[in-house]
Amino acid sequence: MATEEMEKLVRREYTQGFVTDIESDTVPPGLDESVIAFISQKKGEPEWMLEWRLDAYRQWLKMKEPSWAHLNYPPIDYQAISYYSAPKKPEDRPQSLDEVDPKLLETYEKLGIPLHERAALAGVAVDAVFDSVSVTTTFKEKLAEAGVIFCSISEAMRDYPELVKQYLGSVVPKGDNFFAALNSAVFTDGSFVYVPEGVTCPMELSTYFRINAANTGQFERTLIICDKQAQVSYLEGCTAPMRDENQLHAAVVELVALEDAYIKYSTVQNWYPGDEQGRGGIYNFVTKRADCRGDRSKVSWTQVETGSAITWKYPSCVLRGKDSVGEFYSVAVTNGRQQADTGTKMIHIGEGTKSTIVSKGIAAGNSDQAYRGLVKIGPRAKGARNFTQCDSLLIGDRCGAHTFPYQEIGNSSATVEHEATTSKIGEDQLFYCRQRGISEEDAVNMIVNGFCKDVFQELPMEFAVEAEALLNVTLEGAVG
Amino acid sequence: MSAAQTFLNRLEERLSERQAASLPEPTWIAARRQAAAARFEALGFPTRRDEAWKYTDVRRIGEGDFVLARDAAFSKATAATLTLPIEAIRLTFVDGLFSADLSDLSALPSGATVEPLSQALANNHEAVGGALGRLSGVEFSPFAALNTAFTEEGAVIRLAPGTVVEQPIVLQFLSRANEAAVMSHPRVLIEAGARSQATVVEHYVGETDAANFTNVVGEVLLDRGAILKHYKLQEAPLGDLHIASLHVDQGRDSRFTSFNVNLGGALVRNDLVADLNAQGAEASYLGLFFAQGRQHVDNHTLVNHNAPMTFSNENYKGILGDRARGVFNGKVIVKRDSQKIEAYQSNANLLLSDRAEIDAKPELEIYADDIKCSHGTTTGQLDEKAVFALRTRGIDEQTARGLLTLAFAGEVMEQVDVDAIAERVERTVAGKLPERFNLAELVDASLNEVHDAGLGEE
Repeated sequence: MATEEMEKLVRREYTQGFVTDIESDTVPPGLDESVIAFISQKKGEPEWMLEWRLDAYRQWLKMKEPSWAHLNYPPIDYQAISYYSAPKKPEDRPQSLDEVDPKLLETYEKLGIPLHERAALAGVAVDAVFDSVSVTTTFKEKLAEAGVIFCSISEAMRDYPELVKQYLGSVVPKGDNFFAALNSAVFTDGSFVYVPEGVTCPMELSTYFRINAANTGQFERTLIICDKQAQVSYLEGCTAPMRDENQLHAAVVELVALEDAYIKYSTVQNWYPGDEQGRGGIYNFVTKRADCRGDRSKVSWTQVETGSAITWKYPSCVLRGKDSVGEFYSVAVTNGRQQADTGTKMIHIGEGTKSTIVSKGIAAGNSDQAYRGLVKIGPRAKGARNFTQCDSLLIGDRCGAHTFPYQEIGNSSATVEHEATTSKIGEDQLFYCRQRGISEEDAVNMIVNGFCKDVFQELPMEFAVEAEALLNVTLEGAVG
Repeated sequence: MSAAQTFLNRLEERLSERQAASLPEPTWIAARRQAAAARFEALGFPTRRDEAWKYTDVRRIGEGDFVLARDAAFSKATAATLTLPIEAIRLTFVDGLFSADLSDLSALPSGATVEPLSQALANNHEAVGGALGRLSGVEFSPFAALNTAFTEEGAVIRLAPGTVVEQPIVLQFLSRANEAAVMSHPRVLIEAGARSQATVVEHYVGETDAANFTNVVGEVLLDRGAILKHYKLQEAPLGDLHIASLHVDQGRDSRFTSFNVNLGGALVRNDLVADLNAQGAEASYLGLFFAQGRQHVDNHTLVNHNAPMTFSNENYKGILGDRARGVFNGKVIVKRDSQKIEAYQSNANLLLSDRAEIDAKPELEIYADDIKCSHGTTTGQLDEKAVFALRTRGIDEQTARGLLTLAFAGEVMEQVDVDAIAERVERTVAGKLPERFNLAELVDASLNEVHDAGLGEE
């Protein structure tokens, strides 16, 4: 079947991608304070940063791994993980696209990924990709002109320590949860964005263009600050199957929106989902939170989650500012043995705050997925408004779809609505399409894409096109 | 001394009393009691760290010291005002103890048995032993374990195949204003044979100043084609603490309807669990809760679709005023291969005050694909346009709000087919609403009009 083909294809790429020789500055597996000191020193961090990390580590030691999610995976041995390895040297990577597995390139073709990006995605040494270097430089100039800071978080610590010190951990505190604490102790890379007052970022920011950091670490830390009346759209991840040899991922993303600021954060996640038994797939435990601090600020999360063996992710908004707005649009697709427990939290604190949640889950094969969300309306959130819709589509009789929405409403002037449906692709819908000469596979793709339309239209244009293609590839062979 | 220990000491006392009075007890009950007590001791009272009790703090129960009632004396005059004014087969319990004086079994048809648990055990304990505890094990919750440990009294209803009981069977639980707070752990067991039909009403009510703790566990077994309507009208005194669970096991083509109305009590928790075990089984849950002051009402419902072609429908409405707190947790689980099922759930809540709170959690857990499932929940306030529309017709604002609140509750209440219950609820809800114009009188007048015209009678 085509699914197996697809899985085979993905797996083959990964076995090929492993690099075994150990670099001199890779720490042995295990985690203690000396490892954290080593990471901090390697990154050339200031003293306060080391203290910050150690404090997070000490809190982490006292915490228990959460078990409430609707997920099933063997216990993780945190002492068996190596917490720092230097970025791969260019000579260890494939030198050109000719050295890359043709099957992987075929997938890129299907997804319609631009040529110069394919090389970067396949892990071809950066210097070999002459096109993108110049592209990056042009972008950097444009951003500098607008006054937007966009760099790796390590660079930010060096160049803008005051900003980092002020905002890092202010949205997701060090001891927020088990995985966030672990991330705070050992994070090695991530992005930093600062958009100054009144500036609309002249282009969509994406980790693509920070090519040097494209091979992102397993403990990524992203911090985005949008000052008063500023606007930014940030794209994370990419649609192509990503190579990565780290199984455990625990990222933290913090967004800060001041008065009248608008942050749009879009994610496409397509990490390796594991083999047909679910072995070897990525465990993705992510803490994402936005703080709408300023009045009338707005944060919009859009995510397309198709990869990883385990997804544990709840992008949230703390709506503190008066009339601030939070949005969450999500498409999660699971196939094979994938498990996803994802959703959002909307914490309404300020008066007149509004939030919208649209979650579309598609489960196929033997996969399981859950929407888990919280809408909390505080006593001072007068006139707060929430609308939630979470729909699930089941393909096949071995998969599961679950909904766990929590609502805590403490204000009589609030209006909160929640709707959820679960169904399968209708036989009559399929028949209708088949009757008009559309193949079953195309018909399913069409119906699924229609089901996800509300979310896809929130994605930036080029992402949306890729996401649709991605969905089709992920569900290949799931029906029929 | 731990909270659990206080309760276990009371149990010890009771058991030695029974021994002194040489009251016989079947060995299986004694063994079960012991196991349940051990289980309860190990669990202790639930805390807010337990997911199922996240929004409900039961420390008030754990920290209390409740004694067991010694007699079932109750003023006949007071009872008359509390009892639902309907012709019924009636069992009355006062603080958990059976009162023969206030019971009436004269209309019982042949084929149906309705008796207090103590009597059923004395007559033929083996017949009870098979069914009792089959659905609600001590595992369900610490309160179920506590109830099992204290098992003594309750109601046993058995319907032979094909039996149709015309009159409702009312189980009346009266709470007295005692000097020392009393606890009771009643047990309700309903076994409905194939194609039998009945309406059972559990009615909780009492003297205004009562402050007792009731911990009831009910079990309902419905055989092929049985039809049971179960009404729970909980209008316990405002000082009462009320914990209840009802477990339903449904056979092929059986139909179970639950009306769960909660108006009284200081702290109320209801668990309702139905297992749809065979094709064609259908469960409907209808609920209404209205809490004011500092009342806390928690409703947890669960439907297990264990077989293909089973159906469930749920509609719960909540009204919360003052500093009241409501919890709604509705869960639907569709097991693997339970295809062609339909499950619908809806919950709407109305907040009348800024200090009231509702915590709602409608859950779906689905492992089959050829199904239709949906749930919806809304929380909000009265439609201002509707208030305005009434005001343009000369109705003052408070009354308009009162009428609309009644109408909100009406959507559930209009499906109640025991008139006495519908009227009682409508009057109570109207009486609880703040108003300038006397809404209760208005309701009274309209109900009387219905009666005068003979519309309310069948």
